[in-house]
Amino acid sequence: MTKWLEENTPKLVLAPSFIAVLIFVYGFIAWTAWVSFTRSRLLPRYDIEGLIQYERLFASPRWDTALNNLFVFGILFIVIAMVLGLILAILLDQNIRTEGAIRTIYLYPMALSMIVTGTAWKWILNPGLGVEAMVRGWGFETFSFDWLVNPDMAIYTVVIAAIWQSSGFVMALFLAGLRSVDGEIIKAAQVDGIPTWRIYTAIIIPSMAPIFLSAFIVLSHLAIKSFDLVIALTGGGPGYATDLPATYMYAMAFSRGDIGQAASSAMIMMMVVFAIVVPYLYSELRSKDD
Amino acid sequence: MKSVFFGAVSATALIASAVHAEPQAEVLHWWTSGGEAKSVAVLQEEFAAKGGTWTDMPVAGGGGDAAMTALRARVLSGNAPTAVQLKGPAIQEWYEEGVLADISAVAEAQGWADVLPASIAGHMKCEGNWCAAPVNVHRVDWIWANADVLEANGIDMPTTWDEFNAAAEKLQAAGVIPLAHGGQAWQDATVFEAVALGILGPDGFRKAFVDLDMDTLKSDEMKAVFDQMRTMRGYVDENFSGRDWNLATAMVMNGEAAFQIMGDWAKGEFMAAGKVPGEDFLCASVPGDGFLYNVDSFAMFDVDGDDKKAGQDLLAELIVGQNFQKVFNLNKGSIPARTDVSLEEFDSCAHLSAKDMSESSDNGSLLPSYAHGMALRGAQSGAITDVVTAHFNSDMSSDEAVNMLADAVANSM
Repeated sequence: MTKWLEENTPKLVLAPSFIAVLIFVYGFIAWTAWVSFTRSRLLPRYDIEGLIQYERLFASPRWDTALNNLFVFGILFIVIAMVLGLILAILLDQNIRTEGAIRTIYLYPMALSMIVTGTAWKWILNPGLGVEAMVRGWGFETFSFDWLVNPDMAIYTVVIAAIWQSSGFVMALFLAGLRSVDGEIIKAAQVDGIPTWRIYTAIIIPSMAPIFLSAFIVLSHLAIKSFDLVIALTGGGPGYATDLPATYMYAMAFSRGDIGQAASSAMIMMMVVFAIVVPYLYSELRSKDD
Repeated sequence: MKSVFFGAVSATALIASAVHAEPQAEVLHWWTSGGEAKSVAVLQEEFAAKGGTWTDMPVAGGGGDAAMTALRARVLSGNAPTAVQLKGPAIQEWYEEGVLADISAVAEAQGWADVLPASIAGHMKCEGNWCAAPVNVHRVDWIWANADVLEANGIDMPTTWDEFNAAAEKLQAAGVIPLAHGGQAWQDATVFEAVALGILGPDGFRKAFVDLDMDTLKSDEMKAVFDQMRTMRGYVDENFSGRDWNLATAMVMNGEAAFQIMGDWAKGEFMAAGKVPGEDFLCASVPGDGFLYNVDSFAMFDVDGDDKKAGQDLLAELIVGQNFQKVFNLNKGSIPARTDVSLEEFDSCAHLSAKDMSESSDNGSLLPSYAHGMALRGAQSGAITDVVTAHFNSDMSSDEAVNMLADAVANSM
């Protein structure tokens, strides 16, 4: 009996969460996939009708905009947040005084919810209230910074706010990574007279590959599921210029009673996640095994 | 046969309620803000006074989206609320899911058909049987103006869109923002349908936004509507993106802007600020004939148990009752849906609204608002709004917009 328990306790303990994940994650993914092949409107229906929802989805200019925005937003957000986070981390790593205080200041935006970030930036970027009004108040009457209300530029304001929110967090990740690099190697390099920037590019940063992976995965899932920031900052506007797939899905499912359309857009979002994350994970994990 | 059966059940329920006198109702709504909450409280009190037990189920947020999500969950679990705040074609959509009740017995006993305008009564029926009770009539195609600003610039309330444009040019030259507007999709749509009613006329409007007639959607008149929208884009201030409607109303109130095109909930803002209609602010229908209505109503869901059915019938009777229709609409700024309520205590804008409603009902120009979900189902009206707001917020040409409109409507079917 005790032997049986010994052997099976881990399985027993894991079973509930395993079942929960099976139902609530994979079960509902399967359900959504099923619904995406139906003509469901207000309530889900279960008669398979083929690819009609996907055809409608890709015929919709609004979905086009949403998908484009996802790529613009995702790429800029991930790249800039990582570069900025790395630079901040390296600067903080120079054994400066008050490092603790500065680190806390940079980390603080992460403590705010996206709704707060979005609302604050909405006011900062509003041409009549924020930066533009302030600079004009200083006497530069022709100064113009109207990205928030300009349909072609509005998506970049979402990028700015998201970077402000997340780069401190990336900095903390990288800082931990920098500290974990073996001090002996760095000292040896310094003895050999290698310049500091070479130490960083040739030794420290390459040895932080796993940190890059974690940062990338955290940021990319933040980007893909981005919803509250857009709602608070632009409400998807002007027009639907800053719509993202998540806001599109919300509008279809909850405002328009078009569940089939929402399900098909959710499936495409999931495929985007897979397309980006799976190859990266695969290559990273495989190189570990070698 | 079905209706006879249901009628019999409802009749029995009425008798049962007389005997047991413990009607119950669970009411799902999203009237949670100041004036609205007060209006619902009136109904609650009346219901309690008749011996009923009211279970309030307010779900705020997202202009009803959150409430609809709650409703979906309740219906899927087979436990629908007694009555739900629903409007327009959404009522028929829920009926098609097979979850609405038949309240024809009450409606016929109370003579609803005689006191409600025919086109509004049409929204309350599901395949000929009454399934919902109307609460109010909001008029959507209002144009509000600051009386002092108009007087200072020697402008009369415009009666054609050309007059409106001329007035706007004059105001712009005088340094006043001609049109207070908030750049949110539904507000763009509100202005758009007001312009469309004026340019297409009532018949054209019906063809375009009720029948979704492709020829009308692609017509030259529709291009003219988009042209006018482009012109009006020049009359709003550059800071309009994302502004809430009540802030736009405030701009008219304090003289920063001259006009606003908005439904009569804007009147509530003026009134709350102590402004007097006719003196401080003016109300008129937008240029053109017709009347666009946005009617709030309660749809009655299929429920089990005599007490709940009795509650449902009592609720329906009270909602369309004279007293509630008067008190509720005084609070909310709209006008009663039934036409035989005394309007003595209402203001001059409401009088105008009621007069226009009965006239337009007679000549067939009493039309449902597309922008407020009265004319079309969510998917179709949403598709139109997408095009309207994309056009208004970019430099898209009217030709392009018209083609996009037809494609979007076809794609939403």
